[in-house]
Amino acid sequence: MSPFSTYIIHLADNALILGHRNSEWTGHGPILEQDIALSNIALDLIGQSRNLYQLAAERLNSLSPERKSITEDDLAYLRDSTEYKNFVLLEQDNGDWAKTILREFYFSHFQLLQYHGLLNRKDPGLAAISEKSIKEIRYHVKWSSEWVCRLGDGTLESHARMLNALDALNPWIPELFIAADYEKEAAESGLALDPSALYEDWLSMVNTVLANATLPLYPPEKKDAFSLSGKNGFHSEHLGYILAEMQFLQRAYPGCSW
Amino acid sequence: MKKENIISVLEGVTDPEIPVLSIADLGILRDVEISGNEIIVTITPTYSGCPAMDAIQQDIRKALSINGYEKVKINQVLSPPWTSDWLSAAGKEKLEAFGIAAPSTSHSCAAGGTGSDSPDHCPHCHSKNIEMISRFGSTSCKALYRCLECREPFDYFKCH
Ligand SMILES: [Zn+2]
Repeated sequence: MSPFSTYIIHLADNALILGHRNSEWTGHGPILEQDIALSNIALDLIGQSRNLYQLAAERLNSLSPERKSITEDDLAYLRDSTEYKNFVLLEQDNGDWAKTILREFYFSHFQLLQYHGLLNRKDPGLAAISEKSIKEIRYHVKWSSEWVCRLGDGTLESHARMLNALDALNPWIPELFIAADYEKEAAESGLALDPSALYEDWLSMVNTVLANATLPLYPPEKKDAFSLSGKNGFHSEHLGYILAEMQFLQRAYPGCSW
Repeated sequence: MKKENIISVLEGVTDPEIPVLSIADLGILRDVEISGNEIIVTITPTYSGCPAMDAIQQDIRKALSINGYEKVKINQVLSPPWTSDWLSAAGKEKLEAFGIAAPSTSHSCAAGGTGSDSPDHCPHCHSKNIEMISRFGSTSCKALYRCLECREPFDYFKCH
């Protein structure tokens, strides 16, 4: 697979896996309005992943016309965990509301910067998806930032839960900014973006909110980063369980569609 | 085949979640082309994950087929991205009459509708004394508000 095709799938996997995790809150949110909010965010992410998988499928089909053509469903439902290229951060269990909010907060800021960077890369298909997604992600950023402030600068309980969430998620952040080989190659040919270039902006955006929320800033003093690399296919045990649930129908009834 | 006849058929296709709006009112319908004996309809989703898009495609085919147009191709485009600026004036009136506050007409939403905007007034009693309940409503394109005058909650079609 070409570096750029792998890169598009990496972006799609990120959106799909977080969309799936967020959708697990549907029917379980703390209050109805917030349940709906997170379900809407999940819907945006899954919609974005569909657009990206379609783009990847079109590309793969046009690059190898002799092979049986593939669809977005093949990419989402018929790949195993080592072929998935999402960040390990996004497959972690939802934990409590604080952990889910913090992950959405960290990732939506990252996604916003990433898609902005992709607007002026060489591929018009990816630029169109980026332009559309940015409009949605701005809401995710705003909503999750409000919640980070509310919880961090809230009660003793909510503050303590945010501290736990920071401890649980911070070790997974470095992966976001370390380019995979395919990412570097695609970036050098003007198609993708090297994520290390996004770090300074991301840091200043998230730290502004964390400071308002009376929470410790990123990076933490104690830097114990985990060394798994989801974008290279090395995942935690969580992903297998997600795929087992998400892919069950398509594995049990191959080729079924709505 | 005449383009205006086809467009008038398509103006009868409504959004499954906001049935007072046609796909033309919503700005989802971007273009109609006739190529030989084939009709090419171009549409764009409001939000990436809009679950109504598949139903809308089926409704377009059905409406055209009932009117004798069988050879139809539907193109879905993402660029330029949909904006609530494309909501027609008639569409905005229909929304208000349906009890959904329409996006403000005072500024463009395309450039940077981030949800910091708000409706002009309550669609029920027209009071300006309103507050936001949630940035996200029953569908992606709506937020939830409450009128502090008549006390009714209402949906707001977001500036996007
Ligand atoms: Zn009112």
